[in-house]
Amino acid sequence: MLRAQSRQDAVSQDDFITVDRVTFGYEPSRTILNDVSARFARGKVTAIMGGSGCGKTTLLRLIGGVYAADRGSIIFDGERVDARDKNLLFRLRRRLGMLFQFGALFTDLTVFENVAFPLREHTNLPESMIRDIVLMKLNAVGLRGAAPLRISEVSGGMARRIALARAIALDPDLIMYDEPFAGLDPISMGVTANLIRKLNDATGATSLIVSHDVQECFMICDYAYLLSSAGRVVAHGTPRELQASDDPEVRQFIRGEPDGPVRFHYPARPVAEEFGVRV
Amino acid sequence: MSPLDLLQALGARALKVFRALGHHAFFFAELIAHLPQALRRFYLVVVQIHAIGNYSLVIIAASGLAVGFVLGLQGYYTLSRYGAAESLGLLVALSLVRELGPVVTALLFAGRAGTSLTAEIGLMKAGEQLAAMEMMAIDPKSRVLAPRFIGGIIAMPLLAAMFSAVGIFGGYVVGVLLIGIDAGQFWSQMQDGVDVFDDVGNGIVKSFVFGVACTFVALYQGYETQATPEGVAQATTRTVVISSLAVLLLDFVLTAVMFSTPR
Repeated sequence: MLRAQSRQDAVSQDDFITVDRVTFGYEPSRTILNDVSARFARGKVTAIMGGSGCGKTTLLRLIGGVYAADRGSIIFDGERVDARDKNLLFRLRRRLGMLFQFGALFTDLTVFENVAFPLREHTNLPESMIRDIVLMKLNAVGLRGAAPLRISEVSGGMARRIALARAIALDPDLIMYDEPFAGLDPISMGVTANLIRKLNDATGATSLIVSHDVQECFMICDYAYLLSSAGRVVAHGTPRELQASDDPEVRQFIRGEPDGPVRFHYPARPVAEEFGVRV
Repeated sequence: MSPLDLLQALGARALKVFRALGHHAFFFAELIAHLPQALRRFYLVVVQIHAIGNYSLVIIAASGLAVGFVLGLQGYYTLSRYGAAESLGLLVALSLVRELGPVVTALLFAGRAGTSLTAEIGLMKAGEQLAAMEMMAIDPKSRVLAPRFIGGIIAMPLLAAMFSAVGIFGGYVVGVLLIGIDAGQFWSQMQDGVDVFDDVGNGIVKSFVFGVACTFVALYQGYETQATPEGVAQATTRTVVISSLAVLLLDFVLTAVMFSTPR
């Protein structure tokens, strides 16, 4: 396993995304990401893990150009992501698919229309070809039979898979998954995890998974980054390397221990002082 | 509070107002810039005209009929004092096409279609649908807002025309069928006294302006809402309040410009 402070030369040189010393905060007084550096290898599944509020989703949004980094840079397949350059952003975004935490499906459209949406917006393909592509994508996620359903008629797990089919509709080079396992039952979770791995291998895309589900992530990812609650990269390595780590913070996160370097209690006055009790 | 503090507070308030106005202006300019793209895919606009206009027809028609009834009654009582009850048709028609048609339609539009637009866009934002669209390299202003904007602008004059037509029919029912005014007088005075350009035309211009104002307010509030249930609720309320005030203020300005010079 590599400590965050070390340079990440051991990672493959063929990086699809490079995050270089990025610092970002939604407000000037509160920094979410603190000098974060990471490299996401082409064609691999990389997980970004960490507790709630550590800045995992923010990192995805910075890669997608939703926000501009306060300091540092993000390189997307050789091009620097500039959130102010709308034309550049839209060109880069046409090469990426994103699975949102709750699917973000268009509720006024059917399952079929949701998956067809990016195809209809970005291509001039005839309707017969769009139909075939949509049904193939839905078949890949096991929901070809659900094509005519309305979004209100599908379960949370199905919605996630439909969103996945929509995210891969244009065969993107990069697929970003924001908490793909959150709120899923064990069967749906296993199905989704397998799908992510299989789709990555079948399409050759680069995949980034943001999650705090350790076992599912380790099951399918090639490499993982662990962010601390202070928005720093604590450690990174292969799942095997991270599991073998004796770093207290890494061990606490992977084993789900309630207390350790990451404190269970939010900073507060001593209990005795709070309740006016003399000890 | 010292005079300096007061000045500082006033300055801060003024800056806030100017910043908000500037934000509205930029948003409006962006929306206008996206209109050609929406017009190229006119089927999206047609869907919105149907959603905004067709579903407002019942409330517009019912309100128009009620206003026509009241105008017929009130107009008759007033005009008959001066022996001019035959001019009821003219009074009803002028009141509706110049004033009540565009204004009441716009107020009803703000309550029915405006709130619906704000809530729809706000919930799309809360459900990350707009963010998803952006990540798909699709501009929500072009795909979602612009078609609704054009739909609202087209639907409003049509609804106002419907309101005035049904209102005139209501005036006819009360004046001619119930009170017994001569039908020939009712229609001929209306035909003689209502000018297509000065009265009907100006009414259409008014409802067009109200359409721009109400739809813009509804879309802006929806798009800029905080993505929470409270945020959407507050945005919906603001849509009704701001649209209604804007309509009444614009009506005064437009009336002053259009009808202040005697012919």
